[in-house]
Amino acid sequence: MLPPHGGKLVDRVLPTERQQGALEEAGKLPQLNVGDDLAKDIENIAFGAFSPLEGFLCENDYMSVLHEKRLSNDLPWTLPIVLDASKGELKGLKQGDTVAIIDPLKEPIALLDIEQIFPFNREELAQEVFGTTDRAHPGVAKTCAMKDSLVGGKVSLIRMSFDEFQKYRLRPIETRVLFKEKGWRTIVGFQTRNIPHMGHEYVQKTALTFVDGLFINPVIGKKKSGDFKDEVILAAYEALLRHYYLRDRTVMAVLRTEMRYAGPREAIFHAIVRKNFGCTHFVVGRDHAGVGKYYPPYAAQEIFDEFPDLGIIPLPFKSFFYCKRCESVVNEKICPHDSTQRVDFSGTDLRSRLIRGESPPAELVRPEVAEVLLRWKNPFVE
Amino acid sequence: MEKRKTIEVPEALYDRIGARIRGTEFASVSDYVTRVIRERLAVEENQKPQGYTKEEEEKVKARLKALGYL
Repeated sequence: MLPPHGGKLVDRVLPTERQQGALEEAGKLPQLNVGDDLAKDIENIAFGAFSPLEGFLCENDYMSVLHEKRLSNDLPWTLPIVLDASKGELKGLKQGDTVAIIDPLKEPIALLDIEQIFPFNREELAQEVFGTTDRAHPGVAKTCAMKDSLVGGKVSLIRMSFDEFQKYRLRPIETRVLFKEKGWRTIVGFQTRNIPHMGHEYVQKTALTFVDGLFINPVIGKKKSGDFKDEVILAAYEALLRHYYLRDRTVMAVLRTEMRYAGPREAIFHAIVRKNFGCTHFVVGRDHAGVGKYYPPYAAQEIFDEFPDLGIIPLPFKSFFYCKRCESVVNEKICPHDSTQRVDFSGTDLRSRLIRGESPPAELVRPEVAEVLLRWKNPFVE
Repeated sequence: MEKRKTIEVPEALYDRIGARIRGTEFASVSDYVTRVIRERLAVEENQKPQGYTKEEEEKVKARLKALGYL
């Protein structure tokens, strides 16, 4: 199996015997409050999903990621994983201090050893990461709302959070052991933020034909309005896996992180995270992690050419559709028929049907999946 | 702009690379050499071991069994 990114699976979880002491210590330390997204990323760092990161980026890594798409040690890394804080929150704090990280439930979740506090330019960050400073882009809007300074330093997780998806929360060490136990040497990772339709099934099964195992890894976390709710995505996948997939060839677990909508850069980031989970291959579809028309349709595939040292093999897929003549899901590489024969997997159409309480056609969505979707009065993020 | 350092290659090799990259996506011999070295390093780095102990592996298996994955 491939080693993790950077060669070592990071483990920044405090040993059990230190956790109680750390909780008491946290009560006496200065505190930094974080939102749900940052709380999730602290866990991702601590569990090694973001290996080789051991904490939030300091300035030299931050600038290198922004401008070179690499950490300062030359390893590919495309998204700045940073902790922002206001001047007020940082008053009196300096390099060498330890602070307690407090989650939205007002509970201490981690300790942060401050290595650096530094200013940053929001416009520069937005332009480099999202390729735009247009505030209509959700990533830019979030960047513009960031606080004044960034705080770099290693984190130590005190306790793991709890949520309704506990059953599907596997750490990279767990997926790696699981894949090994299953005897898989090659594993394809499939990132999703959507319910599964026939096009996804076609891509997953095509990819699985050439490797030992399939790792379906839905992103669970903040999404934009109109996206499917997390619980709907998981329930839909459960139905699909139960009826149409071999149990011995498929594993599903969630990735708890927000969608950044950073397109090509996020595709590389998603691939690195799946490499840490033990994948050897990674599916990159059309407009991966895109939003609106901010990125060319296949930019997220082309960017992989810049990273010969990524250590995970991208599997680029063309856009897929149902062809009435072929009577199957196909793409433009394998279907000779003209566009009048095509039925596209239109998210807008699917949404309209579900809102009206109509079942989508069987050539687009499996009936068992459609049945699950129709159970929700509103399956979409508000 | 990232910091760069100089390395030396035989002149004939330099010329050969220069001729080869003409009209390609490589802007310079340095860009070509950087890519080739990164490719080579990735191959070597992918030979490293997993990095967890037998004891850790057994604990993980117990949790995987409890969750129904094994």
